[in-house]
Amino acid sequence: MRRIVMPGDLIAKNPKVAGYGTYVEKGKVYAKYLGLLDENDTSIRVIPLKGRYIPFPGDVVIGIVREISANGWLVDIYSPYKAFLPVTEYPENSLKNKKINEVLDIGDVIVAKILNIDPKMKVTLTMKDKICKPIRVGRVVVINPARVPRVIGKKGSMIKLLKGELGIQIVVGQNGLIWINGDKKKLNIAEEAIHIIEKEAHTEGLTDRITEFIKSRKGEVCGEAEVNN
Amino acid sequence: MEKPKLIINGKRLDGRDFEELRPIKIQVDVLKRADGSCYLEMGKNKIIAAVYGPREVHPRHLQDPSKAVIRYRYNMAPFSVEERKKPGPDRRSIEISKVSREALEPVIMKELFPRSGIDVFVEVLQADAGTRTACLNAASVALIDAGVMMKGIITSVAVAKVDGHIVLDPMKEEDFYGEADLPVAFLIRNDKIESIALLQMDGKMSVDEVKEGIKLAKKGAMQIYKLQREAIMKKYMEDEEKEEV
Repeated sequence: MRRIVMPGDLIAKNPKVAGYGTYVEKGKVYAKYLGLLDENDTSIRVIPLKGRYIPFPGDVVIGIVREISANGWLVDIYSPYKAFLPVTEYPENSLKNKKINEVLDIGDVIVAKILNIDPKMKVTLTMKDKICKPIRVGRVVVINPARVPRVIGKKGSMIKLLKGELGIQIVVGQNGLIWINGDKKKLNIAEEAIHIIEKEAHTEGLTDRITEFIKSRKGEVCGEAEVNN
Repeated sequence: MEKPKLIINGKRLDGRDFEELRPIKIQVDVLKRADGSCYLEMGKNKIIAAVYGPREVHPRHLQDPSKAVIRYRYNMAPFSVEERKKPGPDRRSIEISKVSREALEPVIMKELFPRSGIDVFVEVLQADAGTRTACLNAASVALIDAGVMMKGIITSVAVAKVDGHIVLDPMKEEDFYGEADLPVAFLIRNDKIESIALLQMDGKMSVDEVKEGIKLAKKGAMQIYKLQREAIMKKYMEDEEKEEV
């Protein structure tokens, strides 16, 4: 079991090991926020249990277009800061003589990548990446961004599980928005599974429990389907 | 009204010792829509605190490009006191909001969230003296629950001079008829009191009495600090117990 730490808890005496979620004062390492302590020989860090999404360059995020300007779109990425997607960062071949609001309109959902963040926390997005695209089908599930690593799992194990067991498409945004697409009944199961992962993210043996859950739910739903037929 | 006797046979009116706190109950994560929340009872005080943020600041001109702005609103419900209180902010609650905000500001790592804002709302549902200290305790727990980055934990308690004795955590009668009231807030880091975050005084006390009062407040604060930690821990421990069943 990992230890729960609170802001101000002394977690190490060697400032060299300080990782994220920690701060150093007078050569001592303290926790910065409520979280789980993760330590190994070379580093010590605090895994957050709650909190807003703080943008980081290179992150894949899912956002909603909130405003259109002459040279781009303002995108809500569910963080304290709105992100800007310039027209120049949209793949050229799909722009073709279209008006800017015909490409993306207010309310459209997009998968985008964070290009850079300036010191004033002005966030710029890009869509020039294979994974990036506007979302027209499927559904988006919103979870606590601190729980995203568990939805992805160790080296993507949890995503693989969801994809493999249910045969659905899934894109996990680092900001806590998850896009899923596929068969309606399977989407329901996936949505439930994601919410279970969110709720029980800080406990161990989660992957096994999710496997079990999906299998039993699949049995139920498919069983019902047979009755209906 | 004539002043009643506040200390009888070395005990206080509600049977407490001089160095005894009122019973405290803390519950974390009571509001679904808030990022962090806390319900706190301290004797007859009932307080609910909610934290939102870091989030975008509106109106925009309040934004600070170098750090987050913190807004703290202390408000008393009209039904929180015996005689109905006129709703809305008044001189007293504006002042309490200001000093409480200033107590929290140095603890929160504002530089990490430029242009954003952290909103703290504390509502007094029932008041029985020492609401500002109870509110700070609740706000501090709600801030931790919200995952806000902080240097430590704020814990607050009041001391009073009643019938010539220095007592911890005064209730309404003691606050009303007592000689002096001294609310204090401490920054506690790693189970140690690091500094004083807030200190006010109403009434008259000698230098020695203030010193004694602060010593007493430190003792009380450590007890409250333990309860604050327990309350937060409990939220995550409970989840696990449920799963084991």
